[in-house]
Amino acid sequence: MKRIFLTLSLAALVASIHAQQPPPTQPPAAPPQQPSDVATTITGDNGAPPRLAVPDFIAVSNDAESVAIAKTLGQVLFEDLMFEREFLLIPRDVYATIPAATSMNDVPFDRWRELNADGLVVGTVEKAACTAPATGTCLKVDARLFSVRTHQSAFAKEYTGSAANPRVFAHQISDEFHQTLRGLRGVARTRLTFASDRDGERMTGTIEQRGVKEIYISDYDGERQTRVTVGRTLNITPTWSPDGRSIAYTSYRRGPGNIFISNIFQATLEELTKNAGENWLPAWSPDGKRIAFSSTRSGGSAQLYVMDRDGSNVRRLTNDRWINTTPTWAPSGTVIAFVSDRTGAPQIYTISADGLGAPQRVTTSENYADRPAWSPAPFNELAYTARTGPGNDIKVVDMATRQVRQLTFGEGTNESPTWAANGRHLAFMSTRSGKSQIFTISRTGQNLRQITKSGNNYQPDWSK
Amino acid sequence: MRRARFVVVLLAVAGAVACGKKQPPVVRPIPPPVSTATGTPSRPPGPPEPVAEPTVVPPEPVRDDAIASASLDDLNRNSPLKPVFFEYDSDELTPEALRTLDDNAGLLKRYSSWSVTIEGHCDERGTAEYNLALGERRAVAARAYLVSLGIPADRLRTVSYGKEFPFDPGHDEAAFKKNRRAHFVITAK
Repeated sequence: MKRIFLTLSLAALVASIHAQQPPPTQPPAAPPQQPSDVATTITGDNGAPPRLAVPDFIAVSNDAESVAIAKTLGQVLFEDLMFEREFLLIPRDVYATIPAATSMNDVPFDRWRELNADGLVVGTVEKAACTAPATGTCLKVDARLFSVRTHQSAFAKEYTGSAANPRVFAHQISDEFHQTLRGLRGVARTRLTFASDRDGERMTGTIEQRGVKEIYISDYDGERQTRVTVGRTLNITPTWSPDGRSIAYTSYRRGPGNIFISNIFQATLEELTKNAGENWLPAWSPDGKRIAFSSTRSGGSAQLYVMDRDGSNVRRLTNDRWINTTPTWAPSGTVIAFVSDRTGAPQIYTISADGLGAPQRVTTSENYADRPAWSPAPFNELAYTARTGPGNDIKVVDMATRQVRQLTFGEGTNESPTWAANGRHLAFMSTRSGKSQIFTISRTGQNLRQITKSGNNYQPDWSK
Repeated sequence: MRRARFVVVLLAVAGAVACGKKQPPVVRPIPPPVSTATGTPSRPPGPPEPVAEPTVVPPEPVRDDAIASASLDDLNRNSPLKPVFFEYDSDELTPEALRTLDDNAGLLKRYSSWSVTIEGHCDERGTAEYNLALGERRAVAARAYLVSLGIPADRLRTVSYGKEFPFDPGHDEAAFKKNRRAHFVITAK
């Protein structure tokens, strides 16, 4: 356990370029370190989205490692920008006809204009001395976005940090491009967590020799898939804390299901529920101070409870003979959506977070609905799993209009939706490719992307 | 608390076994371990068995003394406590389930030192999250009926595995049927 956590601690250091710690809700709006000379914007023709070219970065020194990093930065930044669809990205394979720049000063703008590029990313990368807390080899990366027409930069910023994972530089540049140029919160530095049986390990000491599931994390694009738990038991339903530093999940390491928190950057494990029935499906409140969950501690069907972040101060929200489970918080923190079988099959309801008042039914046109996930603002939507035939599909209901839209259409079974922090994407589990795998999709049901390929993977949660 | 009680039960059982070994086999000798692989069990010495000894080991149920002497792992591998099956999205005990539970109650009365965990399981059609709660209801339904038949509640624990541990990995109704169950695991004897 400790060793795994140590590895993750190093990953954390790698992730925090330049000691930059984003606050929980919004990325920093820090001014560029090298402000552009002229305030300029990149626009497309006649109101069309701007067309961007993102070639490989320029390696200042010509060693193989620097050249490889320069290539990676260009590729990853291209993919990150492509993900949000805010710009029209000119495919990279047509860049070969244009001579590569060797510095910021010999960019062949006329040639890029021939490709109808409105904006051009020019970046340089070189090895540099590390400043604390980074250690080992470090990089200095200079990223600029030029207007191909005026040759002026709309974005210019220099980054330094550990060379251990160059992709993180591209992710940060992408997020800051989106923030600066589009006022959009990008999600290139967010992460996914999910349960996986990929290691093929078996539980010890049981008669069935059952397979275990462990909690994993990965970057939003599926890179750097890393195991978090080593319980050799059933570990499921992981959820990120709002600050992205902890994962709460359900673990059967004590026999029945209980809620644990792994503080992945601090090498600590917390056990929140003990000796009180089964406890499942932790859901963090938006402020990270409370956790809603489902428990059978009353002896009957699963009921909804809320506890403080440390497991204290447990309060019961529902008190009836029906199943009440799978909670998710509204961004306001005052309402919780959940699932109940009070009318027969499971349906989605809301209840106030203090448990006062009667549950209000949300889904009225489904035979079976589970796993609501409340979208972040400015959207006010619930994604959920709906029975649509032999399998399930992902649907979204607008909480204001109660209009429902469907995102998946019967390819395999589809379950467990979760929202990206900007509400523009979802991740979910699907069996469409054979085994159970994690996919991402846009909020309108486009741009499907497979995140996992190894083993079976379940119950994704996207960091805030 | 539960864990402590479990340890106490284990210690008590271990103690009883240890004491039993020191005493001469007055009433009934401990037979040699029964190998389930062979079809010709050795005839143990001593008083005759209450039931006629079969010439071949029947698949179910195992001989009483075999049950008494088998290890927990062996017992659970071919458990005398039969699973109870459920209809789709239901925790209702069918007439067949009640009959199975009646039989299980008889065994639990006979082997009154056994502690049992009743596992609730679901088929894969339900969602993973909801199935945790549904599986628990199945296990609780089986437990409540056993308690109503006089089995002490503190010998019966429940756990729900939802659809996490299917007994049959298939994706058809035949598999689903096997996977919607309350499954009995003997945890102490």
